Amino acid sequence: MNITLDLIKEGQKVKVVDIYGGWGIRQRLGCLGIHPGDIITVRKSAIMRGPILISIHGNQVALGRGIAKKILVEVIE
Amino acid sequence: MKIALMGQPNSGKSTIFNDVAGYKAVTSNFPGKTVEYTLTKFSLFGQTIELVDLPGTYSLTSFDLAELEARKYLLKGNVDVVINVIDASLLSRSLELTLQLLELKLPMVVCLNMIDEAERKGIKIDIEKLSKILGVPVVSAIALKGKGVKELFSVAYKIGEEKRIGKTLNFSKDVEKIIDQLSAQIKEKQITQEFNVPIRFLALKYLENDSYFMENFKDIEKDIFRKINYFQNLLKEVHGRPPDVVISSERHHLSMNIYESVVSLTKPHTSLIDNLDNIFMHPIFGYVFLGLILYLFFNLVFTVGKMVEEPLLDYFYGIIPLIERSIDAETLLFSVISGIIQGLAGGIAIVLPYLFPFLFGLAILEDLGYLPRIAFLLDAFLHKIGLHGKAIIPFMLGYGCTVPAIMATRILESERDRFIASVLATMIPCAARMTIIFALVAFYISPQAALAVYILDIIVIIISGKILSHLLPEITPGMILEIPSYHTPSLKVVLAKTWLRMKEFIFVAWPLLIVGSTILSLLQYYKTDMLINNFFSPLSSLLGLPLVVGTTLIFGILRKELSMLMLIQAIGTSNVAAVMSTTQIMTFTIFIIFYIPCVATIAVLWREIGTKRTFFTIAFTFVVAIILATITRFVY
Repeated sequence: MNITLDLIKEGQKVKVVDIYGGWGIRQRLGCLGIHPGDIITVRKSAIMRGPILISIHGNQVALGRGIAKKILVEVIE
Repeated sequence: MKIALMGQPNSGKSTIFNDVAGYKAVTSNFPGKTVEYTLTKFSLFGQTIELVDLPGTYSLTSFDLAELEARKYLLKGNVDVVINVIDASLLSRSLELTLQLLELKLPMVVCLNMIDEAERKGIKIDIEKLSKILGVPVVSAIALKGKGVKELFSVAYKIGEEKRIGKTLNFSKDVEKIIDQLSAQIKEKQITQEFNVPIRFLALKYLENDSYFMENFKDIEKDIFRKINYFQNLLKEVHGRPPDVVISSERHHLSMNIYESVVSLTKPHTSLIDNLDNIFMHPIFGYVFLGLILYLFFNLVFTVGKMVEEPLLDYFYGIIPLIERSIDAETLLFSVISGIIQGLAGGIAIVLPYLFPFLFGLAILEDLGYLPRIAFLLDAFLHKIGLHGKAIIPFMLGYGCTVPAIMATRILESERDRFIASVLATMIPCAARMTIIFALVAFYISPQAALAVYILDIIVIIISGKILSHLLPEITPGMILEIPSYHTPSLKVVLAKTWLRMKEFIFVAWPLLIVGSTILSLLQYYKTDMLINNFFSPLSSLLGLPLVVGTTLIFGILRKELSMLMLIQAIGTSNVAAVMSTTQIMTFTIFIIFYIPCVATIAVLWREIGTKRTFFTIAFTFVVAIILATITRFVY
């Protein structure tokens, strides 16, 4: 089942299915190694609907909720 | 020979740069922009090498101000060699930029920096194989320890002499076919001459819908524009994704393939450092530690500052009576000299005790990698004032000096965010205003009252942020921020950073301080200060302040801390409490903190956000100051 990244719990591993969002967001995420097909692990979720911390290709990236909402993922474990 | 360092943020470019440059580094602005780059000159094999450290760049297809300028700099075409610095532990991602740099067909060397860190993570890289695939030399280095830097530059020098360029790596067949067809069209129309870039590079940028190349299209026939559209649609139809995603996915796959063929993975050595984030970014303990770290940080700055400031000022003011012995205090010459001395002393009393420890400490936090963690923790709160986490970095800098703080707003992506962050940054008490809060409020009232001023300041910033984001109700794009691994700070880099930021104060603000202080002395000598005081009398009576305060307000615009020096000069005693009540001292301080930014700040604002918005900022802060000071007068 596909859901958006902001709904994923800490510790879950997901695969990126699609990125909604304009040219700018797609490019910026791509630069950090986030493309459709890539595997993401959610590491931390900040309080008060704050950002989430993910790990991607051995690197950590913080994504604001608004951005995470634009990333459609599929839970793999 | 001109060598440019190009690499993704946190790849250690600046460490390599500082290893060569030390304190000889000069900061420069890209024409018309506040985006900075640093350059230095050194000698190698008897030749002068000009080394440029370009802003960290994730990709050559970007929309961030700093990245765009970095790209333009490379495209200008007077760089002889590009050193592509890579964080070896992030090889696969970093190669995407490398591939784009190869498309530029410039002589290039790849530097695999932090190779020790990569090995610790279990990534072993076959350097020779990588070099063969890319067609450029690859040098490994540990810049933090100075290892490999010498070899890197001698290889770069050789490549520059030979003008050797790397290979062009191909994407999948169907994409290449489209690139070829578009390239043929571009060649026919001779568009590349206008941009001075290789044809293939331009074709790719067009397929990626890169706004810079698309917008600078005007003079060219509509015909090619239609062709570009056609090819973009073709890519979209075949791959079912927007054309820019197709190209970036191609690069991504190519990078992954290269990565897999040159890397052998072993078991990573996990260390304590990897687990630090479990505490520092924890939803509860993260904030506890943030509070603790900031408390210790500011406390240390204040303690050091106080210890150094008092003897320093005593020494300087001790000079004035000495001069009085040889020059008559009633003469013009004496007025000028004492004005200059007070200006000098004012600057020294800020720079050495407060600004230096503050910027030094901040550079350490920055080099450790803690600042992005603060951005992560505070993102939710900053959203409440219409900004996002990254805005915390200019705000933190603002406690040192407003000028670099406003320059740091360029890390924010949207123009609106940069504007709001700039206005709010002017209201953060910088080191100069800190000296006023300390010397007036903490000294004459109580340290608790000084703390209350700081808390009030944060509340005012929150309210102002709410007002501004209400006026400009665009939703911020949200934060996308890399959280790099922790690094041990290098003293050399930390000192170099501190110095670069302090320069702004020393060379821009300090001279103004000295001039302003001298002018006030002259005004007093010619007894014209009373005229100004009378002119400002409606304001001083509204705030319930003594009439003599009038002149000091003008000088606060030149430099905030001048107001205090001027106040002491104007009331004719250094015992402020003898002339002003505690309410008046508080009202004066509150007004000075918020009203109109200093000249140096106005100059940067003007460059950064334009004339209209600068005037808005001046008016806005002035109104805020009057309202708050009037309230203080009646309530405190």
